[in-house]
Amino acid sequence: MDKDLPVVNAIELAGVTKCYGDKTVVRNVNLTVHAGERLVMIGHNGAGKTTLMKLMLGLSRASSGRVRVLGGDPVSATAAQRSATGYVPENVAFHSAMKGGEVLAFYARLKGVSIAGYTDILARVGLEDAAERRVSTYSKGMRQRLGLAQAMLGKPRLLFLDEPTSGLDPSLRRQFYELIDTLSRSGTTSLISSHSLNEVEARADRIAILKKGVLVACGTVAGLLQQTGLPISVRLHTKPGIASELAGRLSFAGEVHKVNDHSVDLFCFESSKMEIIHRVSALGDMVEDMDITPPRLDEIYNHYMENVQ
Amino acid sequence: MKAICILAVNEFLDGLRNRWVAAAIILLGAMALTLLLVGSAPSGVTRAGALAISVVSLASLSVYLLPLIALMLSFDALVGEFERGTMLLLLTYPVSRWHVVMGKFFGHIMILAAAIVIGYGGAALVTIFSTEDGIAGWQAYLAMMGSSLLLGAIFVALGYMVSVLVRERTTAAGAAVGLWLILVVLYDLGLLGMLLADNEQRISQSVFSFLMLANPTDTYRILNMTAFDTVGQAAGVAGVAARLEFSVHLLLSLLIGWVTVPLLATIAIFHRREL
Repeated sequence: MDKDLPVVNAIELAGVTKCYGDKTVVRNVNLTVHAGERLVMIGHNGAGKTTLMKLMLGLSRASSGRVRVLGGDPVSATAAQRSATGYVPENVAFHSAMKGGEVLAFYARLKGVSIAGYTDILARVGLEDAAERRVSTYSKGMRQRLGLAQAMLGKPRLLFLDEPTSGLDPSLRRQFYELIDTLSRSGTTSLISSHSLNEVEARADRIAILKKGVLVACGTVAGLLQQTGLPISVRLHTKPGIASELAGRLSFAGEVHKVNDHSVDLFCFESSKMEIIHRVSALGDMVEDMDITPPRLDEIYNHYMENVQ
Repeated sequence: MKAICILAVNEFLDGLRNRWVAAAIILLGAMALTLLLVGSAPSGVTRAGALAISVVSLASLSVYLLPLIALMLSFDALVGEFERGTMLLLLTYPVSRWHVVMGKFFGHIMILAAAIVIGYGGAALVTIFSTEDGIAGWQAYLAMMGSSLLLGAIFVALGYMVSVLVRERTTAAGAAVGLWLILVVLYDLGLLGMLLADNEQRISQSVFSFLMLANPTDTYRILNMTAFDTVGQAAGVAGVAARLEFSVHLLLSLLIGWVTVPLLATIAIFHRREL
């Protein structure tokens, strides 16, 4: 990390609103992203994810509120600040007559990065064999990876990734997130917008949920779960035939459903989870196995989309 | 400044890659060579050499071709990058919007300059070495090459204005063709029609002069036909313009104005545009 640009928070948004004409696309957003954090923005189409990124990239100016990125106003960012950020736009299409290596060399020159290092970056995104091929022959996934490669030029401290995994197959997605993890460990902050909820669930330090331009929630998956108050489902397995007997002894857990003759379902909340587990384990050998399934991110997301205004 | 250079070089290399440069050189070279070699036949022995004579015919053809080439290079320059999403990306780099416009402009000028210098210049060299006239009239020919580049620059700048104003590439292509048709073809037809219809000669000399100078392609024509005496003798038709007596300085400043005003307008519109 550069020593000459000391930053505590990579991004600070305070009361940020953006209007296009009389349409408000981002409304009073407050958000702080710490250095090295991986924040994932989720939200419906048109929720304001891309607009927020443009504001943080300095491509457009907030109608009101304050945007600070790497300690400065992104609209008047210095060359050093701009070089410290990487961006992968949604559905980027590079000049098709250029070769992959030429595209990267062009962007390296603009960033003032040594051209020598770019073959290494191509290798990191798995494009080393395609460097001498024209971009027009690339598949969608390869173009996406070339987009990621240009964002990684010059070891950026802050990465903006607008739906970076669309068009990538499952193994490339895994590789992509491993890359982000590696960068994160070396202090790179990344802000990712995504629609693949279950994919980002395990990868994000924090999740920001946007709805119609409003930041309705932001926190860790566990934190969001607690906020939503969605029930955690617990399934208990017992010996065949005694499921009814078990159900009778679970009165402390509230509503209990008998699934078949050897398993029962019950629900608990994040706050009462440990108590239920203790009581269940007190039942001894009667319970042979236990599955705890917390709601997944898509359920949390749906809860916010449907219930929170 | 560094960003402008990188963008200009990239634009020029793009022109090499998609064979634009090669096509323009061949087109202009073949045209110039034909006019130089064929054009000297009917003139017989005049005091004007082959080069001076060809300035008239080449300028008359350049008026049609160069704006077309320039517009085809430039109409896509900004709107194409908006559509591909690369403009958004480019502006997150240490590059400002006027850098983008100027970088592309210099890149496209390099393409046009290569085509004019190699195409027209090459044809002139062939003529100089293959005819007896030698290098007589080279000044007028060189001036024609320079003003042709200026004409190209005008239409590159006008093409950018189209490119920054519209939302789709196809609209930009249509608008560019329309612009070419109006400025290069229809304007002169209109002017001619007006003169023919004007039986009572109500259109004064000054109104006509103004109308001629209002269109950069006519300014270019006048410049090439009146700037040098040798050409004036060969032109004949330029008699009209010669009588109008415009100073070379005025004509040149007009042409340069036609480059700078659309360029500045493009930069201003681009700066105000929400991405």
